[in-house]
Amino acid sequence: MALSGMRGLSVFISDVRNCQNKEQERLRVDKELGNVRTRFKNEKGLTPYEKKKYVWKMLYIYMLGYDVDFGHMEAVSLISAPKYPEKQVGYIVTSCLLNENHDFLRLAINTVRNDIIGRNETFQCLALTLVGNIGGREFAESLAPDVQKLLISSSCRPLVRKKAALCLLRLFRKNPDVVNVDGWSDRMAQLLDERDFGVLTSSMSLLVALVASNHEAYWSCLPKCVKVLERLARNQDIPQEYTYYGIPSPWLQVKTMRSLQYFPTIEDPSTRRSLFEVLQRILMGTDVVKNVNKNNASHAVLFEALALVMHLDAEKEMMSQCVALLGKFIAVREPNIRYLGLENMTRMLMVTDVQDIIKRHQAQIITSLKDPDISIRRRALDLLYGMCDVSNAKDIVEELLQYLSTAEFVMREELSLKIAILAEKFAPDLSWYVDVILQLIDKAGDFVSDDIWFRVVQFVTNNEDLQPYAALKSREYLDKPAIHETMVKVSSYILGEYSHLLARRPGCSPKEIFSLIHEKLPTVSTSTIPILLSTYAKILMHTQPPDPELQNQILAIFRKYESCIDAEIQQRAVEYLELSKKGAALMDVLAEMPKFPERQSSLIKKAEDTEADTAEQSAIRLRTQQQTSNALAVTDQPSANGTPPVSHLGLVKVPSMANTDRNLADQGETEPDGTLTVVDPQPPSVPSPDVLGDLLGPLAIEGPQPAHNLSSGVGIAPNAEDALALAPIEEQTATVQPIGNIAERFQALVLKDSGILYEDPYIQIGTKAEWRAHHGRLILFLGNKNTAPLVSVQALILPPSHLRIELSLVPETIPPRAQVQCPLEVVNLRPSRDVAVLDFSYNFGVQLVNVKLRLPAILNKFIQPITISAEEFFPQWRSLSGPPLKLQEVVRGVRPMSLLEMTNLLNSLRLMVCPGLDPNANNLVASTTFYSDSTRAMLCLVRIETDPADRTQLRMTVASGDPTLTLELKEFIKEQLIIIPTAPTAAAPPVPQPTSPPPPVSDPGALLAGLL
Amino acid sequence: MIRFILLQNRQGKTRLAKYYIPLEESEKHKVEYEVHRLVVNRDPKFTNFVEFRTHKVIYRRYAGLFFSLCVDITDNELAYLESIHLFVEILDHFFSNVCELDLVFNFHKVYLILDEFILAGELQETSKRAIIERMGELEKQE
Repeated sequence: MALSGMRGLSVFISDVRNCQNKEQERLRVDKELGNVRTRFKNEKGLTPYEKKKYVWKMLYIYMLGYDVDFGHMEAVSLISAPKYPEKQVGYIVTSCLLNENHDFLRLAINTVRNDIIGRNETFQCLALTLVGNIGGREFAESLAPDVQKLLISSSCRPLVRKKAALCLLRLFRKNPDVVNVDGWSDRMAQLLDERDFGVLTSSMSLLVALVASNHEAYWSCLPKCVKVLERLARNQDIPQEYTYYGIPSPWLQVKTMRSLQYFPTIEDPSTRRSLFEVLQRILMGTDVVKNVNKNNASHAVLFEALALVMHLDAEKEMMSQCVALLGKFIAVREPNIRYLGLENMTRMLMVTDVQDIIKRHQAQIITSLKDPDISIRRRALDLLYGMCDVSNAKDIVEELLQYLSTAEFVMREELSLKIAILAEKFAPDLSWYVDVILQLIDKAGDFVSDDIWFRVVQFVTNNEDLQPYAALKSREYLDKPAIHETMVKVSSYILGEYSHLLARRPGCSPKEIFSLIHEKLPTVSTSTIPILLSTYAKILMHTQPPDPELQNQILAIFRKYESCIDAEIQQRAVEYLELSKKGAALMDVLAEMPKFPERQSSLIKKAEDTEADTAEQSAIRLRTQQQTSNALAVTDQPSANGTPPVSHLGLVKVPSMANTDRNLADQGETEPDGTLTVVDPQPPSVPSPDVLGDLLGPLAIEGPQPAHNLSSGVGIAPNAEDALALAPIEEQTATVQPIGNIAERFQALVLKDSGILYEDPYIQIGTKAEWRAHHGRLILFLGNKNTAPLVSVQALILPPSHLRIELSLVPETIPPRAQVQCPLEVVNLRPSRDVAVLDFSYNFGVQLVNVKLRLPAILNKFIQPITISAEEFFPQWRSLSGPPLKLQEVVRGVRPMSLLEMTNLLNSLRLMVCPGLDPNANNLVASTTFYSDSTRAMLCLVRIETDPADRTQLRMTVASGDPTLTLELKEFIKEQLIIIPTAPTAAAPPVPQPTSPPPPVSDPGALLAGLL
Repeated sequence: MIRFILLQNRQGKTRLAKYYIPLEESEKHKVEYEVHRLVVNRDPKFTNFVEFRTHKVIYRRYAGLFFSLCVDITDNELAYLESIHLFVEILDHFFSNVCELDLVFNFHKVYLILDEFILAGELQETSKRAIIERMGELEKQE
């Protein structure tokens, strides 16, 4: 046992340890506290040593969990002691006992500042540590400039500077304005050249926070981060003490890669290339080793590299490496790695289109859902939730329902919500949805929030076909001996509305239904009784001709509750009793509930609302937001006030409902529940005002919005004839926003044969195509995302002259939640790069949506790659001599890419690159066969000469036996090389060269120069 | 970022608690109680990560002591897991073969070491040598 150096303190600690029980301990501690308190009272006789000793004792007692409500002043006063030993104790104990919200701390600001700007290095360190650990806004305002000075001072030892870096980080987090962005970015870039790894590590943490809040200002740091990472990954010039089990500081590597994830893209080709080399090395070079610490450290780096690769949207090849790695990880036994595999796979779903590959691992992931470790189960649940779509919803929901019975209580609520959302989003048919929700209520009623059963009621009300089925199911559940109260609620509601649809079935007469429900009444709480009363009233109304016996029974119940102490029950009983005397008028008053307006599922909203609380906003989240806001920028749409467009974990496919959110709030006031008065003076079947609010309240379909986004291809025409009686007037000017960027979606389909062509809150149009020679078959998948049908659906093809396209019949109505397939037969008549357009329109409520979409039936779909040998190539190449069969052009403004990237691009355009044919390694030669009705199969040869010094220009030569084909193919390839599909140019800030940092934003001259 | 660091023994006695976020006393007690309950009964074969409210706790057990770091859900789990081990190595070096009693009787030294290792909820120094040397410098001044 090492000695503490303070005898009194050691004795006290031993005493406490020797106490036999909690009571003795408390007595000993109380005695000591009394002692300390008295000593502090007559401070005069206290030597600094004693004071120090008592303050330590206080901290020890505090750590044991006892309240120490005095002595704060003494601890703070030690900070201003002249000698180190006392000062040190003051600083340490203060930063443990107090936090930034304590008033006492203000007393110390001046002393702390004096220590920071003073000459004593040790005092500087103590002060920086206190501010770094518990400094608040006030500290930020008064100390930030001093701390900044220390960080960049050349006369300070690294010891002080690393503390200053993190202290500044704390101050920046407390008040971002205090770090002066204008000049600071250059300083940050200089700090990244730091030789001392302690300073570099601390500065990198600071950089992460700065870049996360404003990457624009820190572009000049990007190439430096790549350099740091390169140096670490290659283990060049790394001091031994900064390697951990042979790995160059894994922490610095992780932080550096983290900071890189906050830059939206890396455009400088050489920086990008270096980074990809490093990442490739990490991805391929990380082996599993026996030593746990080494293994963890190298995998910490590997997982961060994976995240960075995903962020950078690397080439296909690298992405598939990542997916393969993750696939391996989720199957290993080592729990940490498996956990991280699952977690990162979920993240991957959010950034790229890898759903299909991940689906292959479904069985493996389900195994993890049954793991004994709850941490792993949670990750598996998240992943299953994220990867769920129409194709696997049945399996996944089935698994989740099964898991529900064994899941621990802490997970059941989340699980129920997720099941309900998946069932709603991906139901292949609506009766399945009803089945799932009823099973859910049956299995985990306690964890099923009201929102869930409200939602099923909405669905049933809005879909007539579903009503008899739902009524029958509800009746079956009521037959069970013991059912959850929520089940009583939902089934009586549904039976009240729709049991008359079952009347002819055995056991479903109004009388039987009534007695079945009434049996449950004694078991339910007062919140359910109003629903039952409403149900009785509805049954009464539906019983035609009236059954006197049933009538008497029900009226007797109403009379019984007429004097009930619960106001809600009493009111309903009185009203129903009176209403029942109205005879025929009863039919109108108690008519079936009107359809609910379509709006965002409150469940999905609920899931989105659970937001994580992190120091820096997650890079993925930032990214998805940036993407969404880019999409909005294209359509010139103001983003919803304050609320960032949400794309929550696993909800990538959910329509971005930011508009609806806003309108919920707006219309809450302008659309009182009274809108429904005409139909139903007092909605009888609703249990409480809250529920009323939820079910009938804000009619948030779409709100007022400027209708100037025609440029995006989405136009809305008001259609007064179709207006719903209930629709608010503003709706007629509402617009429908496409989700995602239409141009980017098209560009993706140029390279792939299946994917999403268009999506908005109501419909999703997917395509899948097969191409054979000059024929093609393209299927349009029209998916209605709503619980109400889409009507007046029209699809017209506007084919260019070189294509013959036949579209099979498109149904006029797409039923709720259904997907219809419309095949298109395409024949290519001659070479042309014109594009066919799909003119698509539908009505949803009052809205007519019309979009014109380019169809991915384009030139490269009619070519087939072929490999060609040198013996075949050169004679052909020579025989096609000069224009018009062979055309050459110097193309400038090419998207910079490495040879490898260009090879991949050409290959995915189906131009087969034949390596080794051209003696110059900077050139690419590709061959392919083009098919059309007029040319039949025709060989095309392409040669691209690149300039390693300038990746933005190249010389391209295209040759084929048909002049039109040569020209069209050349132009087509050119278009593909120039476009930047992943980042719209407007949104992508320029990457400055490493040597020239960007001009400060405030300098108008420099800005102007930049523009010119 | 690290929200807090806890060092607790199996019985739940706190041997070190450092908070980088402002918490009220009562909240601290609750956190310490909950984290202890969360980690103490986990099987050694389980992951070293466990969700805690809106964050996650990265923990590791050394003999009867649990070292727990509460970090953001987006943070790199393995990097923090190894920082626990690095901290233990530093303690081990400083106390030459550290045991729980060293930490009990020298809790003030442990706070000092921690302040050289982590600041503002972020790693400050990852060189064992640098930290041990610094501790030597400080001891001379006492």
